Amino acid sequence: MKEEFEPKILAFCCHYCAYSSVDLAGSMRLQYPPNVRIIRTPCTGRLETEYFLKALENGADGVLVAGCLEGGCHFIEGNIWAKRRVEYIREMLTEIGFDKERLRMVNVSAAMAKPLADIITDMVETVRKLGPNPLGQNSTSKKQETAL
Amino acid sequence: MIVAQRKQIPEIMDIVKQHKSLLVLGCGTCVTVCLAGGEREVSIISSALRMASRLAGSEIKIEELTIERQCDNVFIEQAAEAIERNEAVLSLGCGAGVQAMAERFGNKPVYAGLDTAFIGILEERGIWTEKCGACGSCVLGDYGGICPITRCAKRLLNGPCGGSREDRCEVRPDSQCAWQLIYNRLKDIGQLDKLKKITSAKNWNTALDGGYRVIVREDHRV
Ligand code: SF4
Ligand code: SF4
Repeated sequence: MKEEFEPKILAFCCHYCAYSSVDLAGSMRLQYPPNVRIIRTPCTGRLETEYFLKALENGADGVLVAGCLEGGCHFIEGNIWAKRRVEYIREMLTEIGFDKERLRMVNVSAAMAKPLADIITDMVETVRKLGPNPLGQNSTSKKQETAL
Repeated sequence: MIVAQRKQIPEIMDIVKQHKSLLVLGCGTCVTVCLAGGEREVSIISSALRMASRLAGSEIKIEELTIERQCDNVFIEQAAEAIERNEAVLSLGCGAGVQAMAERFGNKPVYAGLDTAFIGILEERGIWTEKCGACGSCVLGDYGGICPITRCAKRLLNGPCGGSREDRCEVRPDSQCAWQLIYNRLKDIGQLDKLKKITSAKNWNTALDGGYRVIVREDHRV
């Protein structure tokens, strides 16, 4: 039987907003798909341009970058830098022949648990429709996942 | 410094697709500072090429390396072993760097991954502007330190052209009229009288005439 494709999404979440929001979502018992692997970052401005590309190159089916609302960055404008870097790589993905919808930047506050859960669901569904990473490295098979 | 920008990935792929292994070679000097060909850009472009080649079903093996300076033999040596291991080199140096590598490694294809654009400065974060066209006989002293050859759209030595509006160039309204800048600057430093002088046609023998230019310093030769 053909295994159903479960997208693997890497989510870079800023400590001051998105990470608190996913935490809050947990406390509120809100459901979001278990397809995301969260990496907490001190600020989305800490994320170097190449990280997004490396994540996709190494097999992530999608990458979500979640920073504070514009104007609400703890470090003033880290999220604006991140937005530009994400945009740069989205353009590069198009050059490469890769669907740029696999990489997204979103802005949330620490209290936006429900919107973030919806964003994650939408991202997972978008990537599910796009299918596995065409580089063929959706290598963490179900078995390995269980082991993790 | 020399300012360059990266070529688009499809263009680079077209150039390198015939090879099975490729060294992407960065340069730690000008192109690092203008964010086009330093260690980080080597990493990004290499990832992009690996992805593009895998999508095309070709899987080029890519090695990454950045040396201090590609236009200097002393530093070029540091790349010798890596170049030996690979079929070809994609240099992220400026045009001079690419050629220096190609001259030193006569049996290796060396390709340019960047488009070298101009001699310029970092105007503000993320913006570089051209300042000098390397004409070989600098006239900045007559123009208050503002180069009419590079910065005036018509390269006028006896300007302005008469078309400027306010301080904008008529050819490119998004840029300042170089001659307005020259006037302001000469006024600020009390040298407006310099504008009374009619400059005769520039001698371009020092620039684009008779092939590449060479400077010899006997006192430094061994
Ligand atoms: S006059 Fe010639 S050398 Fe001087 S800045 Fe202009 S182009 Fe460069
Ligand atoms: S408007 Fe000024 S900068 Fe533009 S071509 Fe005329 S003199 Fe040169």
